[in-house]
Amino acid sequence: MSLADTGPGTGLPGFRAGAEGPAADAGWTDRPARKGFFTDTSICIGCKACEVACKEWNGVPQDGLFELLGSSYDNTGALGASTWRHVAFVEQRKPLGGQRTGVTDLGMPAFDKPGAVADPDERTDFRWLMSSDVCKHCTNAACLDVCPTGALFRTEFGTVVVQPDVCNGCGYCVPACPYGVIERREGDAAHVPNVGVAQKCTLCYDRLREDQTPACAKACPTESIQFGDLDELRQRADRRVAALHEQGVMDARLYGNDPDDGVGGAGAFFLLLDEPETYGLPPDPVVTTADLPSMWRRAGLAAAGLLAAAAVAFVGRSR
Amino acid sequence: MAECHPVGFQWVMEAKARGAKVIHVDPRFTRTSAVADTHVPIRAGSDIAFLGAIVNHILSNDLYFADYVKAYTNASHLVGEDFRDVDDLDGVFSGYDPETGKYDTDSWAYEGETEHAATTGPTAHADDQDGDDQDGDDHDGDDHASTAHEGGVSPGGESEQSESSRGAAHELGGHGASVEHQQIQRDETLQHPRCVFQVLKRHFARYTPELVQQACGITPEQFLEVCEAVTANSGRDRTTAWVYSVGWTHHTVAIQYIRTSAIIQLLLGNTGRPGGGIMALRGHASIQGSTDIPTLYNLLPGYLPMPMAGQHDTLAEMAAGIASSSQKGYWANARTYVVNLLKAWWGDAATEDNDFAYDYLPRLTGDHGTYATVMDMLADKIDGYFLVGQNPAVGSAHAKMQRLGLAHLKWLVVRDLNLIESATFWKDAPEIETGELRTADIDTEVFFFPAASHVEKSGSFTQTQRMLQWHHKAVDPPGDCQSDLDFFHRLGVKIRERLADSGDDRDRPVLDLTWDYPVDEHGEVSADAVLREINGFHLGGEKAGQALGSYLEMEDDGSTAGGCWIYTGVYADEVNQAARRKPGRDQSWVAPEWGWAWPANRRILYNRASADPDGKPWSERKAYVWWDEDQQKWVGHDVPDFEPDKPPSYRPPEGATGIAALAGDDPFIMQADGKGWLYAPSGLLDGPMPSHYEPQESPVANPVYRQQSNPTREVFPREDNLQNPSGDEPGAEVYPYVFTTYRLTEHHTAGGMSRWQPYLAELQPEFFCEVSPELARERGLEHLGWATIVSARTAIEARVMVTDRVVPLRMGDRVVHQIGLPYHWGVGNEALVSGDSANDLFGVTLDPNVHIQESKVASCDIRAGRRPRGPALLDFVADYRRRAGITTETGNQRRTPGTEGATS
Amino acid sequence: MARKTLLDWPVLRQLTGRDPLGRGAAVTSERTRSLEPRTVQADTVVKSICPYCAVGCGQNVYVRDGRVTQIEGDPDSPVSRGRLCPKGSASEQLVNSPGRATRMLYRRPGGTAWEPLDLEQATDMIADRVVESRRRHWQDTDEHGKPLRRTMGVAALGGATLDNEENYLIKKLFTALGAIQIENQARI
Repeated sequence: MSLADTGPGTGLPGFRAGAEGPAADAGWTDRPARKGFFTDTSICIGCKACEVACKEWNGVPQDGLFELLGSSYDNTGALGASTWRHVAFVEQRKPLGGQRTGVTDLGMPAFDKPGAVADPDERTDFRWLMSSDVCKHCTNAACLDVCPTGALFRTEFGTVVVQPDVCNGCGYCVPACPYGVIERREGDAAHVPNVGVAQKCTLCYDRLREDQTPACAKACPTESIQFGDLDELRQRADRRVAALHEQGVMDARLYGNDPDDGVGGAGAFFLLLDEPETYGLPPDPVVTTADLPSMWRRAGLAAAGLLAAAAVAFVGRSR
Repeated sequence: MAECHPVGFQWVMEAKARGAKVIHVDPRFTRTSAVADTHVPIRAGSDIAFLGAIVNHILSNDLYFADYVKAYTNASHLVGEDFRDVDDLDGVFSGYDPETGKYDTDSWAYEGETEHAATTGPTAHADDQDGDDQDGDDHDGDDHASTAHEGGVSPGGESEQSESSRGAAHELGGHGASVEHQQIQRDETLQHPRCVFQVLKRHFARYTPELVQQACGITPEQFLEVCEAVTANSGRDRTTAWVYSVGWTHHTVAIQYIRTSAIIQLLLGNTGRPGGGIMALRGHASIQGSTDIPTLYNLLPGYLPMPMAGQHDTLAEMAAGIASSSQKGYWANARTYVVNLLKAWWGDAATEDNDFAYDYLPRLTGDHGTYATVMDMLADKIDGYFLVGQNPAVGSAHAKMQRLGLAHLKWLVVRDLNLIESATFWKDAPEIETGELRTADIDTEVFFFPAASHVEKSGSFTQTQRMLQWHHKAVDPPGDCQSDLDFFHRLGVKIRERLADSGDDRDRPVLDLTWDYPVDEHGEVSADAVLREINGFHLGGEKAGQALGSYLEMEDDGSTAGGCWIYTGVYADEVNQAARRKPGRDQSWVAPEWGWAWPANRRILYNRASADPDGKPWSERKAYVWWDEDQQKWVGHDVPDFEPDKPPSYRPPEGATGIAALAGDDPFIMQADGKGWLYAPSGLLDGPMPSHYEPQESPVANPVYRQQSNPTREVFPREDNLQNPSGDEPGAEVYPYVFTTYRLTEHHTAGGMSRWQPYLAELQPEFFCEVSPELARERGLEHLGWATIVSARTAIEARVMVTDRVVPLRMGDRVVHQIGLPYHWGVGNEALVSGDSANDLFGVTLDPNVHIQESKVASCDIRAGRRPRGPALLDFVADYRRRAGITTETGNQRRTPGTEGATS
Repeated sequence: MARKTLLDWPVLRQLTGRDPLGRGAAVTSERTRSLEPRTVQADTVVKSICPYCAVGCGQNVYVRDGRVTQIEGDPDSPVSRGRLCPKGSASEQLVNSPGRATRMLYRRPGGTAWEPLDLEQATDMIADRVVESRRRHWQDTDEHGKPLRRTMGVAALGGATLDNEENYLIKKLFTALGAIQIENQARI
């Protein structure tokens, strides 16, 4: 029987979180309630305060060139080593429930690219969606599973954090992430911190240890980004979806809130107004390391042989 | 609001979550529109047609709040027989002089008021605080008469005629206009054909939903949806708020935009009440404060006017010019406020015998506003210029004129955090590339003084709701950085040293100036001490030396001093009240113990109107302040904006004036008749009621009147300020599109505080134009390609953003395209991100009331591709002008040719 | 820092502790275990107001060793409730940006480059120039003999980003000098 076969709820250590949550499985005995983000995109105003507040707090450097991307008002593109919060802007010829816009004109529905429609009569409904994306802090985190150095670890809050001083830049975690969140930072090491090291959202681990709200959630002007105990956030999100449905916003749905999904539920989940793909999110993310345990057991014997050498290296390194 | 004031917008989102309906009226679909219930795209420059039609809807369908309107507005006041409306006179009100482009406003007065209005002339209205000042009667030009530009147009020069006609007269402050309240005649039934209510009703009768469609491009269905929402949400139990970002002030009819909104709010009873009002969202941390304590030419602190030569030669004349001694309200004490200011500035040198050194004040002779100043620079009339946290080379309309003006100075001081374009124009202005400027030929000495940031100095900002908040110094400024307080204090000390031995009379005001502020161990002046002087203190009596508690403690005999009467109280009890920080969660929802709001820590102005004439709340839900019979005083959630113990039943005795003349049901205590003005019998220069006029540059002919544009707008017919033809004029088709400018969340104004920061620069790295897919197809524009945008002044280039957020407007049988231009970028080498400046496209044409430029709308052409470089750019722009047949006369005739009385 | 021993070795902690798979507590490094937010490490927390727009959001400024280490929203503010927009959130970078100009610079007439200049000397030069320009463009009376008592030689633009106290001193000094042409963003 492989560890993976034990499945959820056994309480045994494994790649599937047990009933007590992922922090328990990671050896945290005295642990607070699992923390997370609920990002309600229906009230996001796309101000990007989260992007800046995150960079300010975490010392994340400027990302890439100063270049207009043409993706509506998004010029940071995607989550990456130097963008830990990313706001997507989606312009759509669809109605937003409960909203009327003068952009609408009677006519046939059209889904052409910008510039393809010439006649005002062809204008249809319009809505502008904004959504602040972030690391999902998966219950079953593939990045953590594949990390050979222990640089990635599960915190007592149930979040997944990189230790830049431990990471050796092997990059295994990068393809493992089903969301494409984690990346190795590139750039000139003379001016940029943590170059060559895997980087992503820490859910402001240092702030959490002092009972402070993560920087992005604290800054968010409209409380689109809500921080708190995951259980409570999930209940709040359910109520919010119900309220929006009542108001006629039938597109409202949650993403990443289900503990039975492919990553065991996300620690950072979302209320979306369209399919996840619209926002650049994978529709059905699956932890990429579902079969890893048995593979690792086969590799275990070889690994044991390396332990002694590594131990010598560790002590030697510390002067 | 979400776009430019995201944190303020949290309250809108909260209101929405509680069921409020959010309507967003804007030429483009913004981040506010994205979360609004309704977005109403409107043609830039057509707001009066839209708002006026709402007024008409309210009046035609009897949807006004009758009890409020009858008791608290001037609806019942009779207008004089001589008044003629725009419908009678082909688009102008009575009193218009086509020669000067100005109104004689006497005929707008209330019945029986004519004589008084004629003697005092127009004065400013308190609604706008965005640079309030007024021009009035004709006045000779100032020293311009001796310039080389005499008699007509010279290259780069202004015609003498226009310059003298804009040579302003009554440069008065922000006080309410003066009227003699005792002569006012009323018809409480509102039926008299000349009562304000009926005059208003007739005036707006032609502002129909169909006109809205034709002028604004808004469908009647959507217009009615707005009307229904606004009216249904107003009354005893509910209030509606209007919010504008100060783009409303950037029009040649700007003040009238705000007036129309004020009329709606008065008719619906939404003024002086919680959840109501008109909120101006201002874009700089202390732009409100810089108007209250004005770094503005026409004002002294507290909206007192700078004196005008020949009219305010004595203190008595000045005080009389502010307010009639027989009018109602608190402006009647204007002399006291002036005396206290003079005592604060000139201390012992200001005595009863010398009119409190009134003669030390310099005098105005006309419009000395920022655009007049830049034209004076071009004429080499100005040696030196201080730029203090301002970047006119990017941020001012017709920024090219600004840059060329800077190159004419002898010396320039730039005080800023970063090396802004206004500091480096001599080496990287766009005119270097075109050959219009050569670095070696620019004789301007430039001094760049690095400034201290907000955390490197203590001081107060006045935010957009008139609340002063103190920021404490956290660290020392780095390097040579220095606060503006420290710099100007030291500069004053050094200037006084240089003049110390002077026997010249002109130097007395400098040498007698109170300039002995306490300094710290670094020699830095204490901001706290300056705030205390602004607040004021007792000079004599048993309280000598103590801070004033309120402006009501001010005396006019020199026994008190105070630098800004409306701020008196901010240092009450010797406590810096602006530094109060009782957490919001620990106090009432009004949060009166956080900071300090002028006047008297009052959070909602005119809040007496939140109670009915008997002093009872209009409804429990909207209770704010009310009369407490038991205590015999006004009580409530806020500081009552009324004499605390004056009962609702109070009626002034015959002959009463000033505060005593305010009846118990006169909530508008700064107005000369105690009422909210639906109709302005004086105080405005371009009409007692708003009328729709087209922008200075518009491809659309005015659908309401034959008069195309505001007939009193300030025009500058100069070779360097040519205007596009508009409406039916030949050549208008050369510039067929409307453009508007705006801000983005990620940047701050001209970029001096955002384009130097990587975290902001990366979020909006490049200048772009927003166009609809329809316009893109029409002009062959490609998403992410380049476009060149052309006006009579210049051409700029921008990356193209094709988006459904911009919608072509159908106005009757024609479609009008609008182009959106964020204005944060400028040409230079120092910022992390740069680009052409949208403000280069504008010319200079001003609102007549406050001399603010029309920089929210103009016309243009757009074509695919980058603009020509070097001198070829000038040829390119000139070729457009030739095709359009542009001369200095184009667009600059105030009275539209062909209308009654037009001179040409 | 304590000398590392083999007992600190994560693998050993992993094999002997409650985190046998080395996914959590066992693999935390010394750095991770000692992480502490700058907000806690600050010597002082200074109350401030955002310098951008006029909403007037409250800011807490965290200072350590005479340097601003963090600026974030002040939850006490009834205006902003601790929140900040992207510009307000970038306030620390406004203060500490490496691109910020912190030295006095001078460009002489016809000059092609900036030159350094002593701050005190520069202020003296400005005082000289104000006095001289004021004199050159002085107007005692208008053409009717009415008093003007002013100079048209010196003008200023700016104030909307300044403190009230700063605007007050500027207006006071300029008015005493007779320099009337003072303007700020409020008219722009």
